Amino acid sequence: MFISPEEILETVEMVQSHSLDVRTVTLGLNLAPAAHPDIDVVCDNITRIISSRAADLVPTVRRIESHFGVPIVNVRLATSAISTLLEPALSVGGSIQNDRDAEAAVVAVAAALDQAAADVGVDFIGGFSALVSKGVTSAEDRFLAALPKALASTQRVCSSVCVASTKAGINMDAVARMGEAIKEAAELTAESNGLGCAKLVVFANIPEDNPFMAGGYHGVGEADAVINVGISGPGVVRSVLENHADEPLEKIADLIKRTAFKITRAGELVARTAASDLGVSQGIVDLSLAPTTAPGDSIGDILASIGVTPGAPGTTAALSLLTDAVKKGGAMATSAQGGLSGAFIPISEDLAMQQAVRDGALSLDKLEAMTAVCSVGLDMVIVPGNTPATTLSALIADEMSIGVVNNKTTAVRIIPAPGKVVGDEVEWGGLLGGGPVMAISEFDSSAFIARGGRIPAPLRSLGN
Amino acid sequence: MVVSVIGQDRPGIVAEVSSVLAETGANIEDISQTIRSGLFAMIMLVSIDEDSTSLDGLKETLTGSGEKLGVQVQVQHEDIFRYMHRV
Repeated sequence: MFISPEEILETVEMVQSHSLDVRTVTLGLNLAPAAHPDIDVVCDNITRIISSRAADLVPTVRRIESHFGVPIVNVRLATSAISTLLEPALSVGGSIQNDRDAEAAVVAVAAALDQAAADVGVDFIGGFSALVSKGVTSAEDRFLAALPKALASTQRVCSSVCVASTKAGINMDAVARMGEAIKEAAELTAESNGLGCAKLVVFANIPEDNPFMAGGYHGVGEADAVINVGISGPGVVRSVLENHADEPLEKIADLIKRTAFKITRAGELVARTAASDLGVSQGIVDLSLAPTTAPGDSIGDILASIGVTPGAPGTTAALSLLTDAVKKGGAMATSAQGGLSGAFIPISEDLAMQQAVRDGALSLDKLEAMTAVCSVGLDMVIVPGNTPATTLSALIADEMSIGVVNNKTTAVRIIPAPGKVVGDEVEWGGLLGGGPVMAISEFDSSAFIARGGRIPAPLRSLGN
Repeated sequence: MVVSVIGQDRPGIVAEVSSVLAETGANIEDISQTIRSGLFAMIMLVSIDEDSTSLDGLKETLTGSGEKLGVQVQVQHEDIFRYMHRV
């Protein structure tokens, strides 16, 4: 036989018993041609482009899923940063001068994206985004002002706002705005425990080809239509490690590398086939371990298998080993790595991480340290509803600093759940999960945020 | 395509799966049996004319047969195994 029965059975077992799946196939679409001074035309253009380019996306992915027998959990769209499409309408001298009309225009465009995503059968569409790491245009200013309402009035639309980069530093005016936007989005979606915030990510060094939501968008360096694939497989890695309890850490790193290679190859095959079948460019494979709320499909469980309770001393070291080994194994498996690539540590989507918070092992401060060595940042963290906007902004500034200084992507997706206090539980269900409300420092950071301005780009030599 | 059958060993598994494949015109090119973690495991490499045979239909029929026999049956294109286990 062309391959050993043991290898075939290993793959079958990974799927059936250890939650092996391809987490997302995301079609990135250039929507720049949709820009127009008339918002009705913008909406029509968005609908036309998405319906024509993405009509076959979901059926094609489902066919590939059946063909290879590997579950593909999510099918999504990522678009050009929508704020740039609105420049002709919302900028100074543009076609809309009244702020109230501007807000209505932003909300209308979000609704058009929401409907277009629903029509082609995807659950999330990313790219309702603005790139403001150095400055904010007049159109982006209005876009950001309307962002919470747009998120609250749609189901599928996801937003990312890049407020910092290693080249530009940190735009602290934008950081201040995002703290307020997160508070407003939470309050507008109070009935669903602030669910609007789950669709809003604040970035440093945002990747242009990230297939994962809510942070995915279609960058300016991309082609018209690109397939990007996000892999997964925490359950597979955990099951491998559980059978090697007494091995030294270099052996653990090797086992993770080997497993990541196999997982990434599945993603590479799906990416190649999907791009070919859809007649679009093949983009990247995001070498990520993304947890779900399925028991065992957890980064926290992997850390426990390595030997640390998530949040205990040693967690950052164990996570850095994991992230690096995933990248090394994945890099051998595809020549097109990209996106976020590493380990995701969303609290609400990982049962073991939630339990670590409940047990008092994992604090927000430790989580922040962990983000220095993994791929994303403070992700799906629930904090008390009365957390001031300035405290959220200051937390964002801290996280952005980690990304800017270390020349990596970091992000914040945080939910100040209205009416909730530390220790309360929030439950959204489905992909977003839920979990305990975490403590956040009650010391005041408002004077720092009130200063505004920019934190200059860091010196990249003298690198200690 | 690769057909994998995993479950408790019992008489008739090979016969049942083979007859379903024969009815759909699939040709068995290779077959291998082993015991893994105490369970019976059979792997078949089969060729199917996907233009004339519905893959989803075959999967459904084989899954139904598997349920009757108390085993799990998977049908997957061989490329997934080539990719995952070879550079």
